[in-house]
Amino acid sequence: MKYIEEFRDRALAVKLAESIQTEARAGQGRVYRFMEFCGGHTHAIFRFGIPDLLPPEIKLVHGPGCPVCVLPMARIDAAIQIAQIPDVVLCTYGDMMRVPGGKRLSLMKAKAAGADVRMITSPSEAVTLAQNNPHKQIVFFAIGFETTTPPTAVVLKQARALGLKNFSVFCNHVLTPPALAWLLESGKDQSADVPELDGFIGPSHVSAIIGTKPYEIAATAYGKPVVIAGFEPLDVMQSILMLLRQVNSGQAKVENEYARAVTREGNVKAQVLMREVLTLRDSFEWRGLGWLPHSGLRLNDAFSDMDAEQRFSFNVEDVRENRACQCPAILRGAKEPADCPLFGKACTPDNPIGSCMVSSEGSCAAWYSYGRGRQGN
Amino acid sequence: MTLLQEKPLNIPQGRIDMTHGSGGRASARLIEQVFASVFDNPALAESNDQARLTLPEPGMRLAFSSDSFVIFPLFFPGGDIGSLAVHGTVNDVAMAGAKPLWLSAGFIIEEGFPLSDLDRIARSMAAAAHNCGVSIVTGDTKVVEKGKADGLYINTAGIGAFRAELDLSAKRVQAGDAILLSGPIGDHGIAILAHREKMSFAEPLLSDSAPLNGLVEHMLASGVDIHALRDPTRGGLATTLNEIAKTAEVGMRLEESAIPIRESVRGACELLGLDPLYIANEGRLIAFCPQAQADKLLQAMRAHDKGSEAAIIGSVVPDARHWIEMRTPLGGSRIVDWLNGEPLPRIC
Ligand code: SF4
Repeated sequence: MKYIEEFRDRALAVKLAESIQTEARAGQGRVYRFMEFCGGHTHAIFRFGIPDLLPPEIKLVHGPGCPVCVLPMARIDAAIQIAQIPDVVLCTYGDMMRVPGGKRLSLMKAKAAGADVRMITSPSEAVTLAQNNPHKQIVFFAIGFETTTPPTAVVLKQARALGLKNFSVFCNHVLTPPALAWLLESGKDQSADVPELDGFIGPSHVSAIIGTKPYEIAATAYGKPVVIAGFEPLDVMQSILMLLRQVNSGQAKVENEYARAVTREGNVKAQVLMREVLTLRDSFEWRGLGWLPHSGLRLNDAFSDMDAEQRFSFNVEDVRENRACQCPAILRGAKEPADCPLFGKACTPDNPIGSCMVSSEGSCAAWYSYGRGRQGN
Repeated sequence: MTLLQEKPLNIPQGRIDMTHGSGGRASARLIEQVFASVFDNPALAESNDQARLTLPEPGMRLAFSSDSFVIFPLFFPGGDIGSLAVHGTVNDVAMAGAKPLWLSAGFIIEEGFPLSDLDRIARSMAAAAHNCGVSIVTGDTKVVEKGKADGLYINTAGIGAFRAELDLSAKRVQAGDAILLSGPIGDHGIAILAHREKMSFAEPLLSDSAPLNGLVEHMLASGVDIHALRDPTRGGLATTLNEIAKTAEVGMRLEESAIPIRESVRGACELLGLDPLYIANEGRLIAFCPQAQADKLLQAMRAHDKGSEAAIIGSVVPDARHWIEMRTPLGGSRIVDWLNGEPLPRIC
């Protein structure tokens, strides 16, 4: 873990900030809008106070890459309904517990009312629970982008090998490239409520799995530069500088700032593993982005007996989001947390109204926790 | 029944059953053989419904505190629920500048709990109490049906005494004070989480669970006008500083690079997605004193083994919003908020 310090060095940061400033000034007053796709980057940006080090010409636009944030309410309601079935134990990552579904019920509240919901930090805990509780139905509430998908695939194979009949997965895994494609396409459309961007800070951990190749279309078909960046603050600053240089020299290509972990092809083994167990859905709903074709995963036919959607029935109504909550627009990059009238007032991390205030990777939570856009205490 | 009472408990193989909490012979036998035998002190030996105590000096003021311990797992690297229950309350009492003297111990035990574990925990409490110079003078044992508790919960309350002229209180913290921290943060919470996650590190990660009364005595002896002491347990350094800022109606400015954090704790936090500022500590304290005396206090802390890695981490400023602002290692700034509703697992 020695390397962490190295990437947070102040002297290096000052140097990078100077280079960014010089490069941005060369634009003679133009504004550069770069989207950090990943919530992990959003979090790092505020955690380390990076906006303080950037010139006003640079606008960072927060993207939809926060798995907790983009999950639509209907899926949360479905998870709550599954958890309420007698003898079901629903296992979930901590953040998901607090996300409000329709009627503002959350898994945490359902748990307090008697549903058996367990917080886990790794999906293998769910398998162990299934082994130890043969008379209970253990359901793993799987969410996340390509980073968290391989572990889900691993536990499915493990459960199969163990012959577990009481284990299933409620699969909500989503894919990065379709969301990026949607942003690029909508950004071209003047009437769509999506900003035109000058470039992307590409995901780090996701790219370690899928490689840099899937982003090439952004450069070739849409003329937008992409720089894959690590999650360390200096990685983020370096990637901003690389994006600026591309824009100023009229280039658009995929560059890899995070070469210490990311290759063009990605982790082929993990990709194969995912394909063994999971398959593309025709379409999946994203909060703020709507239904995107081929953007989500489900268990494939060979594993459908472990698909919680097949094993349990649930019946979710069409739910309306709180109309004042700007999460959908924030996830598209069209608005900022401060544009929401509820931010820091009715909506805080202790009492979240929208999903963006729940996960530490959510824009509203990151703004609030690190003091951006806040007036009083 | 008489025969039963005389028979020693089968500590290696036995388990707690409902009779051990009934208040009858089985309870008496448990208390005698597991607790009283190791907590042994004159007040307890009187076997009354209460402990009768005498202040070391007349005119002293008392500090009184209580804490419940529901940590899981019961045994963890660097301690167990027993030693933690002693240290936790001893430290709360010591933060008033008081000398901790007496503890009570209440046990809520789940039916079926192994006697050997209970024995091990009682011995660990006795050793910890001895180490801190306190006596466990009164207690209580209850047994609940299987499934109604998770193994064992312990409540301890503690009383300490301090000279009446001493005034350590969050209310005395004021703009111009320096903020000192006695050692690296996050060791306890991360040791527990890492243990549960079966994570392993180059240097083994231990809880910092330890008594701080010795360090406090040493700090008071330095003659520095200490305004307040606090041990940043649940909610971590960040939450504790926010509590004090609110009580004292001040703001604080921290220097992130000055806050000591072990490499392994930092690494584990990266992996688990946690911020060490919010992780519980069980053997650290924060001190506030006038800026001009900060170096003197720092030297005093460093001269004691529980404060050898102490550091000055920031200062108190006037701020009507009561914000804790921190300069990041990069030179940017952020606020350090209260712990926000995260459902962290039971770590104390
Ligand atoms: S502040 Fe709350 S209500 Fe407003 S957009 Fe963010 S999550 Fe939604």
